[in-house]
Amino acid sequence: MSMLPNEEQLLLKRSAHEFFSAKSPVQALRTLRDGPDPVGFDRALWREMAELGWAGILIPETYGGVDFGYKGLGQILEEAGRTLAASPFLSNVLLAGPLILAAGSTSQKQTLLPAIAGGELLIALALEETGRHAPSHIRTRAAATSQGYVLNGRKIFVLDGHIADQFIVVARSVDGAGALGGISCFLVPADAPGVVRKRTPMVDGRNAATLELVEVSVDETSRLGPLGNMAALLELTLDGARVGLAAEMLGTGLEAFERTLRYLKLRTQFGVLIGSFQALKHRAALMYCELELTTSAVLEALTALDEKRDDVPHLASLAKAKACEMLELVTSEAVQLHGGIGMTDAEEIGFFLKRARVAQQTLGDATFHRDRYAHLMGF
Amino acid sequence: MDTLAAFRAETRAWLIDHCPDAMRTPQPEDERVWGGRNGVFKHPDSQRWLTQMVARGWTVPTWPVAYGGGGLNKEEAIILDEEMTRLQCRIPLFGFGISMLGPVMLKYGTEAQKQRFLPPIARGEMRWCQGYSEPNAGSDLANLQTRAVDDGDDHFVVTGQKIWTSYANHADWIFCLVRTDTTTKQGGISFLLFDMTSPGVETRPITLLSGASVFCETFFDQVRVPKENLVGKLNEGWTIAKELLQHERGMISQIGRAVGGTVPSVERVAQHYLGDEQGRIRDPALRDAIAQHVMNDRAFALTIRRANEASAAGAGAGGASSMFKFYGTEQNKRKFELILKCAGSQGLGWEGDEFTPEELQICRSWLRSKGNSIEGGTSEIQLNVIAKRVLGLPD
Repeated sequence: MSMLPNEEQLLLKRSAHEFFSAKSPVQALRTLRDGPDPVGFDRALWREMAELGWAGILIPETYGGVDFGYKGLGQILEEAGRTLAASPFLSNVLLAGPLILAAGSTSQKQTLLPAIAGGELLIALALEETGRHAPSHIRTRAAATSQGYVLNGRKIFVLDGHIADQFIVVARSVDGAGALGGISCFLVPADAPGVVRKRTPMVDGRNAATLELVEVSVDETSRLGPLGNMAALLELTLDGARVGLAAEMLGTGLEAFERTLRYLKLRTQFGVLIGSFQALKHRAALMYCELELTTSAVLEALTALDEKRDDVPHLASLAKAKACEMLELVTSEAVQLHGGIGMTDAEEIGFFLKRARVAQQTLGDATFHRDRYAHLMGF
Repeated sequence: MDTLAAFRAETRAWLIDHCPDAMRTPQPEDERVWGGRNGVFKHPDSQRWLTQMVARGWTVPTWPVAYGGGGLNKEEAIILDEEMTRLQCRIPLFGFGISMLGPVMLKYGTEAQKQRFLPPIARGEMRWCQGYSEPNAGSDLANLQTRAVDDGDDHFVVTGQKIWTSYANHADWIFCLVRTDTTTKQGGISFLLFDMTSPGVETRPITLLSGASVFCETFFDQVRVPKENLVGKLNEGWTIAKELLQHERGMISQIGRAVGGTVPSVERVAQHYLGDEQGRIRDPALRDAIAQHVMNDRAFALTIRRANEASAAGAGAGGASSMFKFYGTEQNKRKFELILKCAGSQGLGWEGDEFTPEELQICRSWLRSKGNSIEGGTSEIQLNVIAKRVLGLPD
């Protein structure tokens, strides 16, 4: 399959571009940030996106989705990244939905997926326990009881965790089975006794939460997927989400770069446009190269996901690592090349820098994915 | 899609049938076939392989059949390239006639010129060199001073000096930029072809850092060149010159991924010198740097593929050749610096039995790689081109 988006996918990209420019420009994120807003995104806008089929884009029609695939979704996310649009795409469309689809029982899928596709239900993945992404570092315990399981542990950086209706809690149910053995997933209602969540406003103006689980009882029907054997399905889901996030980061990088380029063509010093200085031209050209490489890695990874290829893990790490390297470079340079005005809150370029660092840390930064790639390649 | 799939199957079958086994192995640089009057076939099967490919027109797959080509469209040419890579078939014929002159000749040459020059290039009978750079015209190429003076009859008389002329001492013919008008810069350049055995032509090889002498100084002393050898119009050679440079950049950018290079991949070298029993590179900092390099290689290869797909679909890729030239050559230099770090002092041997042939090759190839980002337009010039043509930044 060609890595280039087809006509349909390009059409979707154009309508997503119009949608986000009109309804969720960077100014919308500023408004949310300055709220105070209890949600962190615009619920009405999320419902509109769901009506367009976007919330169910990866969900089969049987479960109320439109089943348009990852490359289609990637086009939307790239455009969302351009305006830094806050939404539960990552937490629900890329993480919770695919994990339930891959691991859930028929009844779980029938109950949960149509509600996710409809934008009515928010489920957050409670995975991380350390500041750096570490999907095998799970200390949260799931102890079997006669009725089900009791969960104890602490989760951090749970995306959209502060307003989620339910959590998928990743916990260790079996001892001594290596880094990846014994990993299980449980669906936990947000109002279950023993669940305490705290909103953690992040620098990018979006939200996450910490989650304390103290003697939280769940029954057998709450278990998502095989007991003690969820590491592989979880990793597959994480890879899809990493690629989706890389697509969003690509859009963020492209927009920050284009804004910077415009500034270089507007700003005059020493009586000439600063974009005529060779030192700055070369820095712009270097950013262009990184953006081109990232674009290719993202498109190929999206293609591999839709084709369910064996090299999805490699390409997911490639796409996320390149997106991280590119975005760190581009957003840092964007602020520098804007000069003093780039340091002000009034200028929007700083929003790109802030969003970039959170996105970089989400689901593994460049170092994490270089290590993983080396491991996958056998060195 | 069906016809392309059929073409792929047919191509694969033909290659399996016609490519000698010995030609499906990595190709040492000294076994490359360059053709020409003085051409040599160091490996006996390389001549057989060339004959097969010439008969099919696949030494120049996209050229029209009438001029010795294969008449393939871009999509078919990509498939041929992919299948040759997959089967590890050696490239049957190298040459600047194929990679640089041919494409511009097809566009700017007269019918007579095409008939005269293209078929022998396709058959590997005519080896070319490139007369571009001069001592005072490097990055500022349009400053070239080699003069071609009209003799008032049917010849130009060429006098001047070129430098960095790759393989000039082995070439049969030269495509040469000459000044035919001294009153303007770019507007006074013409594109001329002539035989290197013409009286007045002299070449002197230049010894490089690596000890090799692939480049020459080339001197012209009143060389008489028939006017019919002018390509394009008088004083309009700069357009052709620039277009040819794009083909050259495309060629150099692929230098690191040439089929069957004799230097192994950086991760294999690292595993050899620094790997544990499981093949894991023990030095964490080097392992991270190598992972980054290998990942950039993959992303770069994907970018070339994406550009080819876009180009086959009819989308232009302006400035792309500059990006590929810049990134590919810088990447190749980084590769050799990493290989040196992995091999340590064993990669820095100049000669002698205490080093393996591979180790000695590493050192020479490392030195050679430094030229990649200078020849064919420096990295700095490529970045200028990207900034101007792609990003639209002001002069």
